[in-house]
Amino acid sequence: MRPPIFSYFAPNAVSDVVRLLAEYGADARVLAGGQSLVPIMNLRIIRPAALIDLNRCAGLTYIEKRGDYIAIGAMTRQLDASRSAVTNEYCPIVAQALEKTGPFAVRSRATVGGTIAHADRVAELPAVAVALNAVMVVEGIQGSREIPACDFFLGDLTTSIAPGEFLREVRFPVCEPGSFSKFSEVSVRQEGVAVVGLAVYLENEDGVVTKIAISAMGVGSTPVRLHNAEASLQGNYLSPSTIEAVANLASAEVNPMADPYASAAYRKYVVASMLRTSLQEAAKGELK
Amino acid sequence: MSSSSTLIKFFVNSIEMAAEAEPRELLVDFLRHRLGLTGTHVGCAHGACGACTVLIDGRPTRSCLTFAIQAEGCEIQTVEGLGCGGELSPLQEEFRNHHALQCGFCTPGMLMSACALLNENPDPSEDDIRHALAGNLCRCTGYTNIVRAVAETARRLKSERGE
Repeated sequence: MRPPIFSYFAPNAVSDVVRLLAEYGADARVLAGGQSLVPIMNLRIIRPAALIDLNRCAGLTYIEKRGDYIAIGAMTRQLDASRSAVTNEYCPIVAQALEKTGPFAVRSRATVGGTIAHADRVAELPAVAVALNAVMVVEGIQGSREIPACDFFLGDLTTSIAPGEFLREVRFPVCEPGSFSKFSEVSVRQEGVAVVGLAVYLENEDGVVTKIAISAMGVGSTPVRLHNAEASLQGNYLSPSTIEAVANLASAEVNPMADPYASAAYRKYVVASMLRTSLQEAAKGELK
Repeated sequence: MSSSSTLIKFFVNSIEMAAEAEPRELLVDFLRHRLGLTGTHVGCAHGACGACTVLIDGRPTRSCLTFAIQAEGCEIQTVEGLGCGGELSPLQEEFRNHHALQCGFCTPGMLMSACALLNENPDPSEDDIRHALAGNLCRCTGYTNIVRAVAETARRLKSERGE
């Protein structure tokens, strides 16, 4: 099994990447870690005429704290990002999610930019990006654009990256000291493809929730924020009765699909269960 | 920089090599067909089974999801590099001792994933071993003996180092 013939380019500089993208437009695909793109090329689901390999391109691998966000270069390997001291200190939920993206051989090759740009409905990092409202920096011949996560994920394998552009950097807002972060998921088998996942981020003041963000993946074609559940937590204490009510609200708020892995009812059940467990953990640990 | 064959240079099991590769040629096919290194197996050819796992610059990688042309300048380790002069490596010996294979199809990938683990973590827990092998599917053994073989290899190497 091998892909159809394509033209291959391995530019060394971002300026060459955008020049090639301008030349080939929608006929080109950008190759990052290849852990999602190459399977669908091997299966001939997509047949790009030109493949622009970023693996030799300078200036796309870094993790830096810049003021109130951390910037991760698109070609940073997921394994490196999940082990990075910067990620773990300032954005622990990114590290948590990247521990679940696949087995070691996949994470050692797969990239932060790749999983965001591929936008699989059960990919972990897009769910975190939506919860934290990360900013995607895309680059084209016209220059760069910053796209907030709420405008970035449009549907299955579809983002607002335009033909001629590529994802260059992802910016995750810094999680406040003392905040609570939890990424949970259910998958068919450990380190296999996820079925449902939940990202929870919470800040509190004396036990009162001052900021809350919840996003679910695997319940639609893109990650979704659970606005009703968030609104009902804002300004409240995490009492057992509140947690139970919010978990039920979250379950009612999602409208998931059924597929061979799980029924819609199961997905609703799991969303409630994961949220309940996360909030109980938050109440026990951080909100004494 | 095109769709025609390109000469690439790289190291395979510490031996410098050069060969032509078409851009669409997967590393696993290149190893098997151009270099005759048929120890690396093609299972699913879309990254699900782990049979084709090799080490690229020390890291376990699916060679069915890597193009040969991307290996320019890299050090590739395959299962052929584990033993020496017809002798099995300690890891391979423990696979044999523990009956950690039946049909053997997944074994090259299992060995390379286990090798990467032991290089990075010489004293892995059972949980570490299971995590490291989670991307390698075996339909024969039920994994128990594979995990035992890796654990025993770690113990053996530790005692050989005099720890």
